[in-house]
Order: sequence, then C-alpha cells, then structure tokens
Amino acid sequence: MTSIGTGYDLSVSTYSPDGRVFQVEYAQKAVDNSGTAVGLRVKDGVVLAVEKIKHSRLLVPHANRRIMTASKHIGVATAGWISDTRHLVKRVRDEARDYRSTYKVEIPAKIIAERMGMYAQAYTLYSAVRPFGVSTIIGTVDADGPQLYMIEPSGQYVGYRGCAAGKGKQVAKTEIEKLNLDQMTAREAIKEAARIIYAAHDDSKDKLFELELSWVCAESNGLHVHVPQDLFDEAIQHAERSLNDDDDDDEMEGDDE
Amino acid sequence: MDPIEIRLPHTIQRPKATPNYGPRTHTTRPIVTGTSVIAFKYKDGIMMAADCLASYGSLARFRNEKRLMAVGETTLLGVSGDMSDFQHMQHTLESILTQEYDMDDGQKLGTKSVYKCISNIMYNRRTKVDPLWNSYVIGGLDNGEKILGYVDLYGTTYQSATIATGFGGHLAQPILRRRVEGREDELSEEEAVQILDECMRVLFYRDARSLNKLRRAKVTAQGVEISEPYMLETNWSFAESITGYGS
Repeated sequence: MTSIGTGYDLSVSTYSPDGRVFQVEYAQKAVDNSGTAVGLRVKDGVVLAVEKIKHSRLLVPHANRRIMTASKHIGVATAGWISDTRHLVKRVRDEARDYRSTYKVEIPAKIIAERMGMYAQAYTLYSAVRPFGVSTIIGTVDADGPQLYMIEPSGQYVGYRGCAAGKGKQVAKTEIEKLNLDQMTAREAIKEAARIIYAAHDDSKDKLFELELSWVCAESNGLHVHVPQDLFDEAIQHAERSLNDDDDDDEMEGDDE
Repeated sequence: MDPIEIRLPHTIQRPKATPNYGPRTHTTRPIVTGTSVIAFKYKDGIMMAADCLASYGSLARFRNEKRLMAVGETTLLGVSGDMSDFQHMQHTLESILTQEYDMDDGQKLGTKSVYKCISNIMYNRRTKVDPLWNSYVIGGLDNGEKILGYVDLYGTTYQSATIATGFGGHLAQPILRRRVEGREDELSEEEAVQILDECMRVLFYRDARSLNKLRRAKVTAQGVEISEPYMLETNWSFAESITGYGS
C-alpha cells in the first residue's frame, strides 16, 4: 500500500490527491478479513448463510450469532466486525420499529436499505468517527416479494439476486453466478448456500467454523428464522458431499497425468 | 323554538374554553367504548367472550370490532372501555413482541409476563393522571398453569377463577360465581361454552350498550383460538306484556 505514510489515510474527512478516502478502503479490508457471508434471493424467498469462524473450541455451539433478526420478517447477515455489526443491527431494529409505529406496516426492504446506507455513509464524513467495518446483507420478503440488499462501509447500498462478502467472496460470487436463482426455490437455495459457504471456506487458514443458515419464505410463515434442524443437516450433508466430489475429481485428474 | 341540542360524548358539559387555572387534565372520559368482557378458568384452560360493538356514547357506532386478541402464543387479552386506548395498547404490545422475537433466544413471552407488563403500563399511566381508559382481562397458560387476571385504568389488579368487566361485573359475575367457582378444574368445554353463552345472553338482554354479535375465545395447551362472530338465540315475546317506561 503505497498510500501509507502519505498522511492522507489518517482521517475520513480528507481525500487523497487521486480522490480516494483511505479510511473507507481500510474499513473494506476489515470486512475482507471476516468469514464469508452469502445472501440468495430466489423465486419464493430469501436465504442467508454465514461462515462463522470460531477462534476457540471452548465457545458454546450456536452462540454469538452472525445472522440476526431485525424485525419479524427481516434477517441481517454480516461480514466484518461483530461489535460494529451489533450496533448496526440495533439501528435496523430501531428503524423498523420507528417505521411500524409511524405507518403501521412493516418497513419495505428498499427503505430500510436506504436508511442503513445513509447511516453508514454519515460515518464517512467526519474526522471524529470511523466507518463501520461491516458489510450488511439484509434479506426480507415484503409486498414486492423477496428482497436482498447489501450495504458497504462506504454507505453504498445495492439490491442483489445474490451477494457475498468476506474472505471467500470471490469464490462465492463465482458459484452464485452459476445458479439459476429466478427459478430456484428457497429449499433448494438452502443447500446451495451451504455448499457455497463450504466451498469458500479455506481449511488451511481457519480450521474451526460453524455454518449459520436462515431464511424468509412461505414455509417460515414470512418470518425470519434459522432453518429447521432437519433441513440444516440435509444442507450440510449436501455441502460436504459436493466438497468431497470435487476432491475426488481433483485426484482423478492427478491420476491421468 | 330552541335548537335541538345534540349531546355526543365529547361535547357533554364542557367549559367553553380551557381555563388557565385549575388542575391540568388529560383524558377525562372515554369516547368510543366497548362493553363487558367475561372470562373464566375451565378444565382445559381459559374461556373468554366479548361482543363486537364499539359504542359512540349510546350510539351503536362500530358493529364489527375485535375486542379479543392473542398476545404471543399462549395469552389472550380482552378489553372494555376506550377503543383508541386499546389500539394504542395493541401497538405497544406488538412492539414488545417484535423486540422479544428479535432476541432469538428461544424464550416466549408467557402469560404472567404479559399480565405484569400490561399492569405496569396501566399503573404508570394512572400515576401520570393520564390513564388508558380500559379494563383488561388477561388469560392464558403459563407453563401449564392457568392464569387469569384483571387490570383497570387505576392500575388495580387481581387474579381470580372468574372475571367480568363493566356491566358484566354486576350481571355475569353472580352467574359465574354460582356455576364456575370451585369447579374450574372439572368444567368441560361444552359446559364452559354453555355458561359463557348464558352470561352473554343475560348481558345482551339488560345491557343497552351490548350487541347480539359476539366472539368466544379459548386458550388451551393447543394455543389461542378466537372464534368468528356468532349470534345467540333470544326471545323478546315478553316485551309485549311490559307496561310503563313510556309504552
């Protein structure tokens, strides 16, 4: 990073001469160090998946969730700093409650994404604050159907059919692009999401990880819930099997040579 | 000739302008009101009933209102009194339930907690001398235990095997005392429904702010179930023989 030491990366309120704000880019780096998070928008729902890297075997299973519920129908999956994530999720909850008490309807995805985008962007303006080291994936089903948005540390927010953030985002995005999301059901998407997280996982860097899977769809009564245990186990089996198949293929190729 | 004076609830006996002396007042009377709620314990849980009327003074203004609601999965709430205050309470409870849902800790808000929560809200508002003008009946199963409680605009609370609010406190409570108390663990659903209908029929005959269109609700181990509106059989042939009262 040639920019280091030039003095233009000390504050978010200073541009570099070539028009960049380095603190925002560093925040993006913080996101890229985190376990992968994936969101899939399919024809009848939204699926969120996260590779939660565990730094110790002593952690209680399923504790410290990285997919959180922000309103009954809104799921939030994140990549980045968990402490920043909790702050942002609180903000999503407050916005959702505020909207509900003003209009008596659940907040539409477009609006929550915009408000969270504006909030994140406000932290790229002042020297006294630092941008959030989090990419926030918001999945919900509203009056217009399934919706998926991702908000970056810069405040940029975009709607997606499928999106990924964190360490494995390149692998994940390549895999997502192969999928026919518009024809897929949420049940199928769970398996794909699990498979993608397993494929994006780098065993040489992080040994321990836990998969988190959630969805919003008709089968969950329009609520954001972690997927039922039987479907979760099935998805993991599918993921492990396809991972082994790939390994076998690699070995086959090796034999040929 | 004097013009006809129309006395609607919010126009009765009001000073022409708010005086700049005397005590500060907030809500001093309910406007759109619901009448009695009756509820009692029976073998499988809690039974409750209320009619579908929201009166505007003596006018039967809204005739398809829901005065019974589920709070979470195991609690039933019945309301008498001001309907807009009830709607405010509904929104508050919805907000609390969403907050609890977001916690995602597998805990469910039980009947005791809902009862305590509503009681606190009511007492807090009466302490501000700005009460929510309601009587609430909260019933449900909390870890298998039957809970039935009452709270009103003064923040008064009590729990009992039978509860009736408003006019029902005069007309239905004696029936419930006679037919339910001491038998709340043996009453079958059929008999409970029969008692409920008997009380509601008496109330419809004598309470001029009631309606012969009502809902019944129950909480059992299977959860909360609120019926569609139904009517009761009534017989008004005795009215022919009534003399007096202007007839």
